[in-house]
Amino acid sequence: MKLFSDENKAAFSSPLNLNNPVTVQVLGICSALAVTSQLKPAIIMGLSVTVITAMANLVISLLRKTIPNRIRIIVQLVVVAALVTIVSQLLKAFVYDVSVQLSVYVGLIITNCILMGRLEAFAMQNGPWASTLDGIGNGLGYAWVLVAVGFVRELFGSGKLFDFQVIPDSWYAANGGWYMNNGMMVMPAMSLIIVGCVIWAHRSLNKEEK
Amino acid sequence: MNPIKKLFDNIRPHIEEGGKFHAFRSLVDGFETFAFVPNTTSRAGSVNIHDAIDSKRIMSFVVIALMPALIFGMYNVGYQNALAAGVLPHCHRWDLFLYGALAVLPKIIVSYVVGLGIEFVVAQWKNEEIQEGFLVSGILIPMIIPVNTPLWILAIAVAFSVIFAKEIFGGTGMNIFNPALITRAFLFFSYPSVMTGDDNVWVAQQSILGLGYNVPDTYTAATPLGQAVTGHISTLDINAVVGLIPGSIGETSVIAIALGAILLLWTGIASWKTMFSVFAGGALMGWLLEGVKVGDVTNPILWYQHLIYGGFAFGAVFMATDPVTSARTECGKYVYGFLIGIVAVMVRVLNPGYPEGMMLAILLMNLFAPLVDYCVVQSNINKRAKRAAK
Repeated sequence: MKLFSDENKAAFSSPLNLNNPVTVQVLGICSALAVTSQLKPAIIMGLSVTVITAMANLVISLLRKTIPNRIRIIVQLVVVAALVTIVSQLLKAFVYDVSVQLSVYVGLIITNCILMGRLEAFAMQNGPWASTLDGIGNGLGYAWVLVAVGFVRELFGSGKLFDFQVIPDSWYAANGGWYMNNGMMVMPAMSLIIVGCVIWAHRSLNKEEK
Repeated sequence: MNPIKKLFDNIRPHIEEGGKFHAFRSLVDGFETFAFVPNTTSRAGSVNIHDAIDSKRIMSFVVIALMPALIFGMYNVGYQNALAAGVLPHCHRWDLFLYGALAVLPKIIVSYVVGLGIEFVVAQWKNEEIQEGFLVSGILIPMIIPVNTPLWILAIAVAFSVIFAKEIFGGTGMNIFNPALITRAFLFFSYPSVMTGDDNVWVAQQSILGLGYNVPDTYTAATPLGQAVTGHISTLDINAVVGLIPGSIGETSVIAIALGAILLLWTGIASWKTMFSVFAGGALMGWLLEGVKVGDVTNPILWYQHLIYGGFAFGAVFMATDPVTSARTECGKYVYGFLIGIVAVMVRVLNPGYPEGMMLAILLMNLFAPLVDYCVVQSNINKRAKRAAK
């Protein structure tokens, strides 16, 4: 068994693009709308989901032969819940302000469809190494969409990136310029439209391959 | 008319397949069918009954019906500007109108250029006939925004609404929401500071080409609905009916809107059922909510004042009756209109954060129009099924 066989590479790379959990399977939309009003929480959220998906995939894949089929969802939930609690505590310890901003959405990773989907569809049938790669791939596939949406929303909604003022202060109407921030960008309604645009762009780029 | 026809005849060979300017086919097509009724009809084989006027001619009638409100709106822009500068008695009417026209014209141009530009690009891209729906939206949009709305913001809002409220649903006739109102809603939620409040939003402040006056920044002018939040309205009813009050460009004058309404009803383009029931619903709800206490402010608006303030009359005549987004069944029109009136007044009175509820009410009912239609059709089916079973 080769570490980087074609199947393993595909397990990692296909969720980044052609089988993306957000833009193709349309999973995990709820948190994509809720945490993307700024870049920093979007990135932290993306990384958290990546870590949790990878670890959960690994653990479930190791246990897959011992888990009784009828109670597998409960076992999966216990594993995911434990991992989410660990990540949540780590966030509180090291990046407290972001964890306050993310509020319930870190805890809600437990219910993220991407996670349960990967556990059911991949980790229950595949070996630990491939499952870990699949988990990382799906987490990153989710993360890049979050970062793209967060970039647009923070830039046009508050004129900042990573809390750093990008659009010059002198442009603003309050300082005698002409520019104004788009208030709707900060509302979840607009992130739905931006996620829609990302899906639109991604699908029309990949039209031939479908 | 002949020279125009000749011009189109000369252009035609260049835009057909393989011609030099094939890329502009939809553009030329659009203008030609706007100028002349096309002589192609639907193919034989199905039974169709067609009115002699097509949708481009209907749209033109609506644009004509909007003219009185637009022209009065231009005059009122000049009037408010001169009033704010304190020089009204010395001003000539024509100067007021010319100033207003200069202030409003750029908005109309931006709205049409951006909106039609996107429509032409989409039509060319999908290889479809150019769609005429934006003829009306393009003139409606400048009429429902405050005169001080910056042009770049207007351009973004128009692009947003044409793409996301119209083209995504399949273009003219397929949209769920009224594109002009989506433009206003986008402005309202994205750039609240240019759409509400009494700090200089409603009165043009700069002189243009030597016409009009520069108004000091400290001048404020509140619309009657803006004043209502404070519990006291100083606007006279007669001014609100004539329209010499601050407000969005086309919405202030009830008389000018009534002229448009007469034309729309006379030509049968707008449904009197929708129009009448919007007013009925608004009056009823206004009467019920007279003197209600919201927070610590007693609602000062009398029932008939709801109908003459703000965008109520404009929305009832030109927005609620939009044949694409309103209910289509005859019974449904009563329900649809009545609920618009009720919701509009409810938002106005019970939510001080949104002094103007008409936009939200119409958009909300746009969403429910298919449901209203469904219920009407279904109840009719049930009635007939019962009759057949007897």
